[in-house]
Amino acid sequence: MLDRPVARLVALALVALVLFNFPTLAIVERIAPGGVPLLPFYLFGVWAAVIAAAAWLIERQGEE
Amino acid sequence: MGWLAPTAILVSLLYLGLLFALASWGDRRAEAGRSVIANPYVYTLSLAVYCTAWTYFGSVGVAAAQGVGFLPVYLGPTLLALLFLGFVRKILVIAKAYGITSIADFASARYGKSGVVAGLVTIVALVGSIPYISLQLKAVATGVGLLIAHGGGRDVLAGMGADTALIVTVLLAAFSILFGTRHIDATEHHQGMVLAIAFESLVKLFCFLAVGLFVTWGLFGGPFELLARAEEAGLSDRLAFTGTRLGAADWFVLTLLSGLAALLLPRQFQVVVIENLDIRHLERASWLFPLYLFVINLFVLPIALGGLILGGTVGEADSFVLALPLVHGQSWLAIFAFLGGLSAATAMVIVETVAVSTMISNDLVMPILLRMKALGLARKPDLTRLILGVRRAGILLALLGGYLFFQGVGEAMGLVSIGYIAFAGVAQFAPLLVLGIAWKGANRNGAVVGLLAGFLVWLYTLVLPSFVTAGMLPQSLVAEGPFGLDLLRPTALFGLAGLNPVAHCAIWSLTVNTGLVVLVSLLTRPSDLERLQAILFVDVEQSRRTPRLWRGEAKVGALEELLVRFLGRPAAEAIWREEAARRGRPLGPDEPADARLVERAERQLARAIGAASARAVVASAVRGETVGPDALMEILDETQKVLEYSRRLEQKSHELEAATAELRRANERLRELDRLKDDFLATVSHELRTPLTSIRSFSEILLDNPDLDAEERAHFLRIITSESERLTRLINDVLDLSKIESGRMDWQVAPADLGELVRAAIRAGQGILAERGVTLETAIPAEPTPVVCDRDRIVQVVLNLLSNACKFVPRPGGRVRVELRRRGAVFEVRVEDNGPGVPPSQREAVFEKFHQLTGDLNTQKPTGTGLGLTISRQIVERFGGRIWVEDSPLGGAALCFTLPVAEEVTSLAA
Repeated sequence: MLDRPVARLVALALVALVLFNFPTLAIVERIAPGGVPLLPFYLFGVWAAVIAAAAWLIERQGEE
Repeated sequence: MGWLAPTAILVSLLYLGLLFALASWGDRRAEAGRSVIANPYVYTLSLAVYCTAWTYFGSVGVAAAQGVGFLPVYLGPTLLALLFLGFVRKILVIAKAYGITSIADFASARYGKSGVVAGLVTIVALVGSIPYISLQLKAVATGVGLLIAHGGGRDVLAGMGADTALIVTVLLAAFSILFGTRHIDATEHHQGMVLAIAFESLVKLFCFLAVGLFVTWGLFGGPFELLARAEEAGLSDRLAFTGTRLGAADWFVLTLLSGLAALLLPRQFQVVVIENLDIRHLERASWLFPLYLFVINLFVLPIALGGLILGGTVGEADSFVLALPLVHGQSWLAIFAFLGGLSAATAMVIVETVAVSTMISNDLVMPILLRMKALGLARKPDLTRLILGVRRAGILLALLGGYLFFQGVGEAMGLVSIGYIAFAGVAQFAPLLVLGIAWKGANRNGAVVGLLAGFLVWLYTLVLPSFVTAGMLPQSLVAEGPFGLDLLRPTALFGLAGLNPVAHCAIWSLTVNTGLVVLVSLLTRPSDLERLQAILFVDVEQSRRTPRLWRGEAKVGALEELLVRFLGRPAAEAIWREEAARRGRPLGPDEPADARLVERAERQLARAIGAASARAVVASAVRGETVGPDALMEILDETQKVLEYSRRLEQKSHELEAATAELRRANERLRELDRLKDDFLATVSHELRTPLTSIRSFSEILLDNPDLDAEERAHFLRIITSESERLTRLINDVLDLSKIESGRMDWQVAPADLGELVRAAIRAGQGILAERGVTLETAIPAEPTPVVCDRDRIVQVVLNLLSNACKFVPRPGGRVRVELRRRGAVFEVRVEDNGPGVPPSQREAVFEKFHQLTGDLNTQKPTGTGLGLTISRQIVERFGGRIWVEDSPLGGAALCFTLPVAEEVTSLAA
């Protein structure tokens, strides 16, 4: 692995940390379309996106 | 449904048997060199041992009570996985480089191979594991009880017998002992075990998904209907953050704790670090591991909501995964659900106990036993039986501890609450581990004090309150603080209230722990070994760039790399060319090295770094074993010696060069002297031949002509006499000179009056002066002129100058003036004449040997020996004076010399 993808993964971890925590969660908490809280969908959605981003960063490396 | 429990038990036993078979197969494949686990997928599945009965049963329990509050436990490890390459990789590199066998070994090696650190980490790990193991026991026992009691409906959920738990404990202990201590392999990998737990990870995933799908689509019409029903049932708060009953800080700290636990729990460290076969597996695992966590958590909330909608209570929610299929008549699904839970629990118990019991034997008990000299263990050739015994006892201890904890505390607490106790406990390793690989300044004292303090805070703020919850200690302890001291309330220490107890414990214990590691490290001095180990750990990438060394068997490339590192590239390549030529084909870097090649490499290395070190480094390449700390120290030591030796060699060669240069200079000087001597001899011979020739020719004339008249005869005889005198003088001068130059002159040093000596010389020179009709003037003071010298020699000098002057003055009308005067610290004697003088270019040359001024105005023939002035200069300089030529007021030359004034009777005697 080169240093750059590693640095990007660390950055991704920091972004994920922010997205998974307050105050981001406080914003999400206010959104409840039709009375159904968005929070679980948000958490699982962001989680999936983070995993996809990590997979993209790492697997792309192998092709280069 | 009486067949259910026996069937479930039978299936379970078959399943455990299958695990055994799988593990044996994995071990056999590993021994045969065809590992089935050397890929990132099995590695990822082995990391999923993180998901235990806690995940399988407990998450649903938490979700039922707190909605998404179960998620931080999986978000933390997701974040950790993103840091696999940026942070965890370094730990793996270190562990592989130094042959680390457990987290206790890691900490101990980092802090100067400290036995205290190793023991302390082991104790904390053991104590931290006990609640976690008890969680598994509780889950399995509950499951078994549920299966057995099924038929009586939901009311059996509460009726768990302790007997079941004990039976489960004994069975699990037997299973773990059989599984984990089949043979000793502390330094090798447990490939069979890893294969088995990877398989278990698949089983628990599929079983859980099966239950999830059944609940979502079997009991409800899909996720949206489930959501709608949940809302109808007034459960929508389970979907909001408020429903988690956690604060922002709790959420954050639980995420952090879980991330740390995914690495620091003994079993996690075992699978992530120790059992890793190839560091590159970390790359794909960085997203596959989070993916596994994501998938296994997808149905947690649906199952929890479904259970609640269908009438389950929050208190029973830990059993929903099993109970929902049961109460809806899905017996086979229920058996699968149980099997999944059993998978999750057994995987955890196996790896945890293997890890902890290895630590107990390697880092706690064996060091103590080996140190007890009375036992004489150090001399026993085979300790394997003893080590195995200790490990088995360790496994029993951990499981028995788990059982007792379950009996005392576990029944009163939810699965996840118990698990969190373990998380917070092992998090105490974080400061010494993270600081240990990032900061060279962290030392043993800091690690011991920090870990001990963190451990005590953990016991006080989290374990103690759990005993209170279980009713073993009075409620007032938590509610009012010990002795009514409000500030010391375990769950609100120093007034830090309003937090989840786990977050509260983590904040306090980690703050105290980290602070003390830093503070004590800064205040105390590390030993040399600690400093060395710190450098080896923190700068591991710089000190060991040998990624290939860790692959099982020796590769040609790895060996060559070794040789290049220790012998230099040209030497290594020469050896490789030779070996390739012997085989008649080039050596590929990835082909396995045969014994001959390995042996050759070791022999070559031994010449460079010593036999012991060579063996250690070659062994590292051959068996995939890494070089242990002791071997490394040895290598460092020997390398140090080699360096020192070469430094001394270099110094010697410098000295030799200097000596050679000096010799060369001496040689040149000798040759110069030799040349001078030859010149001198040639000149002397020439000077001797001139008078000899004239003596001989006049003698022959006299001999051949006996009838010469008397006057002529007398003339010839006078010539012969004078030439003989000149010859004698010449020989005397040569002798004098050679004596002076070789330092064999016998100087008669004594105080004398210079004026007296000059007057004596003039008296002696009266004859010559009269002969040449020279007018002499003198200016010699009457007062004393004390010098220290050899009287006769100084007289000789003055006489020499006088006769010299006489030779050059015109005849008649020659004038010579002799003057003596004091000039500061010296007396100066001047002998001036009115002759032709000495041209400035010749003034230094007149003092050279056999230099004769042509132009003796009277005879046109040299009368001196040509050595007089040379000898004079030698004499004057011997007594600290100076001699030179300058112009004279009389018109000719002035030959002057000085001698120091002897103010007192000083000894110049040589």
